[in-house]
Amino acid sequence: MASADSSLRWKHLHKVLTKPGPFSDEDWVPGSETISALETSKILGAGGLGCEILKNLALSGFKDIHVIDMGKSPPITFSGIPQLTLTDTIDISNLNRQFLFRQADIGKPKAEVAAAFVERRVKGVKITPYVGKIQDKDEDYYMQFKIVVCGLDSIEARRWINATLIGMVDPENPESLKPFIDGGTEGFKGQARVILPTLSSCIECQLDMHAPRPAVPLCTIATIPRQPQHCIEWAHQIAWQEKRKDDPFDSDDLDHIGWVYNAALERAKQFHIHGVTFQMTQGVVKNIIPAIASTNAVIAAATTSEALKIATSCNPYLDNYMMYAGEEGVYTYTFEAEKKPDCPVCGNLARNMTVDPDMTLQEYIDTLGDRPEAQLKKPSMRTEEKTLYQRFPPQLEEQTRANLQRKLRDLVEDGQEIAVSDPAYTIDFRYRLLFK
Amino acid sequence: MTDAFPSALTGPSSKERKYDRQLRLWAASGQKALEESRVLLVNSDGPWSNQSTGVSGVVGVETLKNLVLPGIGGFTIVDPATVTEADLGVNFFLEEQSLGKPRAAETCRLLKELNPDVEGSFQSKVWDSGSITELLRQDPGFLAQHRLVLVSGPMKRPSLDALCKAASELNIPVLYTRSVGFYSSFSLQLPPLFPIVETHPDPETTQDLRLLNPWPELAEAASRIDDLETLDDHQHGHVPYLLLLLHYLEKWKEAHNGNVPSNYKEKSEFREMVRSSARTCNPEGGEENYDEAVAAVLKSLNPFSLRSSTREIFEMEECKNPRADSADFWIIASAVREFFQQHNVLPLPGSLPDMKAQSADYVSLQNIYKSKAKKDVEEVTNIVRRIESQIGSRSGDIPEKDIEIFCKNAAHIKVIRGRSIPEIDGEAQTLKAIRNSISIPDSLIPVFIAFQALDNVVTDLQERRIPSGSIDDEVAWGAQIDRVLSALTADDQSTIDEDARERISEAIQELRRTEGGELHNISSLTGGLVAQEALKVITRQYVPLDNTCIFDGVRSRSEMYTL
Repeated sequence: MASADSSLRWKHLHKVLTKPGPFSDEDWVPGSETISALETSKILGAGGLGCEILKNLALSGFKDIHVIDMGKSPPITFSGIPQLTLTDTIDISNLNRQFLFRQADIGKPKAEVAAAFVERRVKGVKITPYVGKIQDKDEDYYMQFKIVVCGLDSIEARRWINATLIGMVDPENPESLKPFIDGGTEGFKGQARVILPTLSSCIECQLDMHAPRPAVPLCTIATIPRQPQHCIEWAHQIAWQEKRKDDPFDSDDLDHIGWVYNAALERAKQFHIHGVTFQMTQGVVKNIIPAIASTNAVIAAATTSEALKIATSCNPYLDNYMMYAGEEGVYTYTFEAEKKPDCPVCGNLARNMTVDPDMTLQEYIDTLGDRPEAQLKKPSMRTEEKTLYQRFPPQLEEQTRANLQRKLRDLVEDGQEIAVSDPAYTIDFRYRLLFK
Repeated sequence: MTDAFPSALTGPSSKERKYDRQLRLWAASGQKALEESRVLLVNSDGPWSNQSTGVSGVVGVETLKNLVLPGIGGFTIVDPATVTEADLGVNFFLEEQSLGKPRAAETCRLLKELNPDVEGSFQSKVWDSGSITELLRQDPGFLAQHRLVLVSGPMKRPSLDALCKAASELNIPVLYTRSVGFYSSFSLQLPPLFPIVETHPDPETTQDLRLLNPWPELAEAASRIDDLETLDDHQHGHVPYLLLLLHYLEKWKEAHNGNVPSNYKEKSEFREMVRSSARTCNPEGGEENYDEAVAAVLKSLNPFSLRSSTREIFEMEECKNPRADSADFWIIASAVREFFQQHNVLPLPGSLPDMKAQSADYVSLQNIYKSKAKKDVEEVTNIVRRIESQIGSRSGDIPEKDIEIFCKNAAHIKVIRGRSIPEIDGEAQTLKAIRNSISIPDSLIPVFIAFQALDNVVTDLQERRIPSGSIDDEVAWGAQIDRVLSALTADDQSTIDEDARERISEAIQELRRTEGGELHNISSLTGGLVAQEALKVITRQYVPLDNTCIFDGVRSRSEMYTL
């Protein structure tokens, strides 16, 4: 394997793998075994940062790389509006940063195009693409990897892979613990974190550090718009529903966006509101997050650098969080995020949640979407004794629907534990409800 | 940012679609500046010795990738190196067929593939004596074609100094980068004064509502809600919180000899007064607009105060006495300074946060803010015109749009005082800044010191002062470490204690691990950071580095230093 060519080609990398440094572990044995461990480690790269991650892994000496879910527009789920399933294909707006794709590739599956490109460019690396979502795959699939590196663009996908990898850990089998490295960006900001499932702080422990933007109340959108965004939300959520009910809304269809834009303009005119533009319309309905090549490069390389360190022990790895902000100079903050005993995924205690007992169950359910520590869009819930509200199957939904109008104090005791499930996740979330 | 896009009735052009995700950050104006700029990458300065090919230049190429993708106008690569096997293991913009060919040509070709809108050229000629200095000598107009110079180090000192000096004479910024093993460091050399208007501060910090000193139209709007008690529940629950605060402030003043609440205790009392005035007998058991008012008391009821950075700008000679050849920034700054001297406030930015209100009430309140902002811009414009006519002989009036943008951002303008690329035995301020940080245990200054020693070793190598010709020559390193340490301790032995010496020694050991070689991850990460700074310098938006960043890939940390 290690031909003369190969050792010449990888000479810089091999230097750090064949001699210890002042910070590498005293027990570490550098040399050919370390190199072959790296070359045989099967590693998974995923998400919108996938182009950078693939390039970096290939040039870090990994030879068996798999790639999945290279990102699509984040799912938008407004109740009642049919959404087309978006596919994992190349869009023109990817070209400003996803550097493995060209104009001629638009419409092709991302994972396949990216894998073929990197295989062509970096001799001796094998890249196995899977076109689809990370949620398509089960534990057997994830069990084959040594390390999982994700630069996913939705919080749902992150929470899903986090819960899955934590659920896979079998204390009897050390191989079942898959170091999970997560990276994410938004404009000039980003973060990289290393998660050792069940051993260190996980995505769910840190959920409240990434609070969702508060949603605009429906009554504002319906009756008292003040901002151009309110008019766009009205056109998208209300006018489309009224006028084009049978037409599934497709946020990638420029004619659909154009229709919403014109409807929003009309409404804005009526209320003397300025500032509705086509681009703003697109931004609001697709929930577009600004993204640039440079931030993605920083964060993707931060994650793959940790992957190299974990796979080879040539230096200590990140413990466990690095945040980055580039608006004012270069700012990073590296710290150890806490593992929470009441984490619904990796902890064993129910998480305390203070609620107003006079709130109805429906109101409580609505708040779960916005609460930073929960962020659950379609929750169903039960106590140990009874089901409070269950969305599926329809019979059970019908049976429990009446509870929605009842007050919390009539359904649960102060301090009682409830289990909440959500179709986006495989696990139950446990909350202890404390009355205000 | 509201004018980020032209509000054409038609959909976006294919270019707008391609660049959509970045236009949301720097808008059409930033994109225009980017497309009108050409950058120069000096990606190596010849081999270090006959045993060593020199810098592999990965940071440089990765930086260009991050500039070509968003659509920089053009780039030039100067690189006399020939592609080797080791290049292929670390540089993504080379392929098997590139072996043995000029690296400048190959990287240029593969980078151009990324974006057909970008023009790229290269210069791969191998010069007899230090390529870049020779190039500057033979083609005096060459440097001036570029808006920014990127230099991949370590580079021998005479070449770097010549390049930085030539760029400085043309007011062209320089980014000098080094990435070796798990460490990287880069510094930005800006012109002596580098002003920025669009700094994009966090919107939370930019609100300027003038509640304690409302202008007549705003005070008048507040007085119109004098009879809050007579409003029905619906109306009462929709009075904009801003007017509520103004209303209760008047009441407070009546009871406090005309004074507004000024300290924490008074503000808390005032907040209680607002809170207790909310109606709670409605079905919701409270009122959102009152909640908003209560939440805004502590952060919004502050007298106007000028940020110290703005005050410093007003004190600068360029601002006090603009000249005919002053940049537009200084003429407008000078006019805004005069405006401030007259009114004790800056021009009103004019934006209004969203708040619970009826549509029409909100829009009319918004118009009060907008009209006042417009009036302030007019006043500043008049001062600008007067200054222009006083100083005379300028090439034309400053566009009104620029004055408007300046007024909107006046509270957050910034001027960076450019420094040259730092050297330990260079300017006194550099040495002082290094000494100040060296005893802090977590400081990354030891990494910077290690890079300084490396620069010196490379200089000696290229100038054939190291007989072995090896980058890993113990004697050479020993000598350079001594030289760097003695510069640091020149007049005071105590500047470096034992712990600091140990940290420096460890940083040097880690740096020497790859014998000058780059690791792709660290260079790619650094290329992202350097490109980010390049974008900020070129678009004149956001705030660039002042002036050195050090990244430590062992501990996954970075630090900024003004050296």
